[in-house]
Amino acid sequence: MKLLRNMLDRVGDMCSEKGKFPWLYPLYEATDSFFYTSDSVTTTGPQARDALDLKRMMSVVVFALGPCILMAMYNSGYQANLAMSKEGAVVIETWRHAIVQALGLGFDPNNLLACLIHGALYFIPVLIVSYAVGGLWEVLFATVRKHEVNEGFFVTGMLFPLILPPTIPLWQVAIGISFGVVIGKEIFGGTGMNILNPALTARAFLFFAYPAEISGDLVWVAGGVDGLSGATMLSQAFVGGKAALLAGDYSWMQSFLGTIPGSMGETSALACLLGGVILLVTRVGSWRTMAGTVAGTIVLTLLLNSVADKVTNPMFEVPFWWHMTMGGWAFGLVFMTTDPVTAAFTNTGKYIYGFLIGALVILIRVVNPAFPEGMMLAILLMNVFAATIDHFVVQQNIKRRWARNAAA
Amino acid sequence: MDAEKKAILLDPLFENNPIALQVLGICSALAVTNKMSTAFVMSLALIFVLVGSNVAVSAIRKLIPTNVRIIVQLSIIASLVIITDQFLKAFLYDISKQLSVFVGLIITNCIVMGRAEAYAMQNGPWLCALDGMGNALGYGLILMATSFFRELFGSGSLFGIHVMPAWYETNGLMVLAPSAFFLIGLFIWGIRTWKPEQVEEN
Repeated sequence: MKLLRNMLDRVGDMCSEKGKFPWLYPLYEATDSFFYTSDSVTTTGPQARDALDLKRMMSVVVFALGPCILMAMYNSGYQANLAMSKEGAVVIETWRHAIVQALGLGFDPNNLLACLIHGALYFIPVLIVSYAVGGLWEVLFATVRKHEVNEGFFVTGMLFPLILPPTIPLWQVAIGISFGVVIGKEIFGGTGMNILNPALTARAFLFFAYPAEISGDLVWVAGGVDGLSGATMLSQAFVGGKAALLAGDYSWMQSFLGTIPGSMGETSALACLLGGVILLVTRVGSWRTMAGTVAGTIVLTLLLNSVADKVTNPMFEVPFWWHMTMGGWAFGLVFMTTDPVTAAFTNTGKYIYGFLIGALVILIRVVNPAFPEGMMLAILLMNVFAATIDHFVVQQNIKRRWARNAAA
Repeated sequence: MDAEKKAILLDPLFENNPIALQVLGICSALAVTNKMSTAFVMSLALIFVLVGSNVAVSAIRKLIPTNVRIIVQLSIIASLVIITDQFLKAFLYDISKQLSVFVGLIITNCIVMGRAEAYAMQNGPWLCALDGMGNALGYGLILMATSFFRELFGSGSLFGIHVMPAWYETNGLMVLAPSAFFLIGLFIWGIRTWKPEQVEEN
């Protein structure tokens, strides 16, 4: 460890104001604080009331993502192996198959480890590209703007692969995360200044740019069989309603546990629930936002259920517990709506913000035939309005206090 | 051409671009930049209308009663736009169909009204012709640049000729109008990094 410290110190000298490469300071600072704690202390009395800083907060979020990450790897592999076992003969086609074969694991969908490794071979490359390309932009902007590399990207780079299908081409991951980081965050001034959630911005970009790969209409099963795709549960429901879901390939329990095809991290409502508990217990995620979203979804679904027999759209009759396990609802609820930067800031605002997201998802899913999934679009839309909601909450508060003081 | 006249003609290209600095004429810049051919015809149409209206307004500027000047300007612009529209329908029917209402909407293009009101009412016809030319070129420049990227990445072609290699997968977002927002935003970012004096103080 001493060796590392000495090495960092030498590099640090070179990157200091007087050194040879002062423009590399942000990179040095990021590496240094990744390994060691900062040795600069406040000169006056400490004012902090809580040890929770951005770095720790982001670490908690990544920790809470743990169940989803595990599930992403397991389920991607499970779906791939399942598809391969249905096809019968195992054909060694890709480098992934070669690695799995070399490890002697085989392609049995019932073998936990085989599924986990096979899925990891899909998930890890996407994750590496997401971190490498997004991190490059982050460092580039930090260098040009002469500020320290921010921890915010740590979470964005992890969220993005989880909301992508396993079959996504890696160059699309690179373009998507570039768009998300640059247009979604850096042009507004970096972490803390962004209006839109960068990971969702990146996904929205891919959604509109390359709808063939990521439209939310068809599912993506990674595996030996090229182009194997079927209707997602959401589009099945859109065509056939509740009956189609009950008669479909997947039960509600499967969709809750997450053993269905879909975007890597978001199939399992259970994994999201575990992550949500961690966020709530550590108070990193706002329970107000989550409660608002749940309430919005339930209220609007019940409303639409009540008029289901008067309309021809079968999606109206889908009950809310199905809505909550399908698509990206659970993942979005736990990890996207609670993003402290893009959500509403005031407590009342959080209820309103969450409620409107919950209601909008259902509206987009049920009433809009163009988009089978609505969580991404609903959250992005409400991101835009979060500041407006806060503004009115604050104004209302000011008005109330004026009235109170005038009366006194 | 002396320096002042040169400035009138060339300033609107980068120094004082009607789209990038004044943020005028955005709606048509979003709507017609899907393909380079439509953007090109739209730019030509705007050059014709803007030069024509600037010269015409300038020629009769001393005769226009102040109270009704907007109406007079509008009738001049509208006449020129109708001529352009009919011309396109007669000779470039396909493109005029793609441009649809946007040629007609040149009447309400803020750049045309703005130059008539801000410049042509105070200056002689020759200067106004230069000013109209310069502003229309500034508009055209952004239009052509936007449509270049949109057609290249969205359809893999330029002026309808396929140029991208076969493995290139077209970007669907570039075909949608919002992509012009991103591109024009990036242009504005670029121009203001190049010329920091254009950055507004806040």
